[in-house]
Amino acid sequence: MSLDAETVRRIAALARIRVKDEEVTRLQGELNHILAWIEQLSEVETEGVEPLPGAMRMKLKMREDVVTDGDLHDAILANAPDRADNAMGSFFAVPKVVE
Amino acid sequence: MTAPTDLTLAEARAALAAKRISARELAEAHLAAIEKLKDLNAFITVTPERALADAAAADARIAKGEARPLDGIPLAIKDLFCTTGIRSTAASRILGNFVPPYESTVSAKLWAAGAVCLGKTNLDEFAMGSSNTTSAFGNVVNPWRRRGDNRDLVPGGSSGGSAAAVAARLCLGATATDTGGSIRQPAAFTGTVGIKPTYGRCSRWGIVAFASSLDQAGPIARTVRDAAILLREMSGHDPKDSTSADVAVPDFEAALGQGVKGLRIGVPKEYRLDGMVPEIEALWQQGIAWLKEAGATIHDISLPHTRYALPTYYIVAPAEASSNLARYDGVRYGLRVEEGGDLDDLYEATRGAGFGAEVRRRILIGTYVLSAGYYDAYYLKAQKVRALIQRDFDEAYKIVDAILTPATPSSAFAIGEKQDDPVTMYLNDVFTVPANLAGLPGISVPAGLDASGLPLGLQVLGRAFDEETVFRVAAAIEAAAGFDALPQLRAA
Repeated sequence: MSLDAETVRRIAALARIRVKDEEVTRLQGELNHILAWIEQLSEVETEGVEPLPGAMRMKLKMREDVVTDGDLHDAILANAPDRADNAMGSFFAVPKVVE
Repeated sequence: MTAPTDLTLAEARAALAAKRISARELAEAHLAAIEKLKDLNAFITVTPERALADAAAADARIAKGEARPLDGIPLAIKDLFCTTGIRSTAASRILGNFVPPYESTVSAKLWAAGAVCLGKTNLDEFAMGSSNTTSAFGNVVNPWRRRGDNRDLVPGGSSGGSAAAVAARLCLGATATDTGGSIRQPAAFTGTVGIKPTYGRCSRWGIVAFASSLDQAGPIARTVRDAAILLREMSGHDPKDSTSADVAVPDFEAALGQGVKGLRIGVPKEYRLDGMVPEIEALWQQGIAWLKEAGATIHDISLPHTRYALPTYYIVAPAEASSNLARYDGVRYGLRVEEGGDLDDLYEATRGAGFGAEVRRRILIGTYVLSAGYYDAYYLKAQKVRALIQRDFDEAYKIVDAILTPATPSSAFAIGEKQDDPVTMYLNDVFTVPANLAGLPGISVPAGLDASGLPLGLQVLGRAFDEETVFRVAAAIEAAAGFDALPQLRAA
């Protein structure tokens, strides 16, 4: 499987990363080189093998479904690049999304 | 008297307990060393005021006879661990001036044990790299140089700043993280000891996530004993990380004295690469001979899927990274780039400007292998091969107690070398990646020098949650190797 320039642009759009037109060709080469190298996995017989999603060797612990933390409004907003403070409270601010 | 910066962590602990040195003197000596060797660029942030305050508190406790296990020990923290009130960058532009309002569990445990915070060490951006050349804060320089050659060498990566700081004696130990070799490879390149414990041994809470099913924290130190002391304090169950294991934390230091008599050591034939550097092969044979002499038995074993570990890793790790790094959106913290337009434009502009080339490549690969139509062919396939890799180890550990391999396929290389294409750089982790995929503990121990005078490491792998055996074997190698070479650039 080899990526064309259009696919590179589509993946970048899916990942929400702006890629300049002049970068597409170089990225296409790099990504195809990596994918061609990864391709060797197709040699491995994996019929009937159960996929392993993680290395955890024990059952994940469940915790009680209770509130253990909270009321951290100021701490959460402390690093906001832009914020709006008004009569309703304090908020993260973003460009207008609803007309 | 030995310079304070030349003490091992265990020696400093004894000197503090005997009141031969104060925490303040130790902190001041290391802060001066950091300043003297700042051209190594090992630190992104130095915290002298915090260090002196921590030292004063430690001295007060020691005076009252209430010393904690690491009281007065100056440590450096990889800048992937969030630290309350101290800027935390992951060596990326995209985190901007992020100052965490919380502390990672691992660093919190170290402070609770009395350790002194010297600052935050440099790394590859988001821990993605094997040379510490992808940091937004510049390359880290390896304190070691080739004989008769003044070129700067890489310290390895991604924990390059931690490894360089420990090797150059800027701290007594440092935290690090290992997703595909990021503790063990830089330890090998700098003549230090680095252990990646079993997946689940250390909490990942508060560590900037790269690939959550592979990431694991561990220490880098100058001796096996120092690494054992630090790992004990870093380990333990944490309700805030559902993958942290609720198992007892042994006294790893106590295991060191047990020796290796009767232990069965496996030597996997698949780790013998075509065209392997003869010095690495020779070192491996030397390691086998040392362990035999110390009373272990040596067994040829096979880990048949070894050669597929790296390509498996380069599907799994980017896939998880592309999900984890989706959180950097320019809205809640970190960098924001606004060039007009709507919210999607803000995301794209911020992420386009904030991520470096290697991080961007991995996010794109990850996005592709998870995208509709390719998920089965790449991601699911990789998870199946991962299962086979784990099965290889499970079979091997029916026959042996630990496995001995080289840590890296070469010694440290010059800044700029091996950068012709990404895959060449990826091959650095050929010996370390399988343990991450299988979730097993692995340590790198300095065992000798190559012809150019650079350190080389041997790797010991163990069973899940059997770091004690890993430490025993590492201690035997350390004792037999008698590695006492020093880097050209160092504090005292």
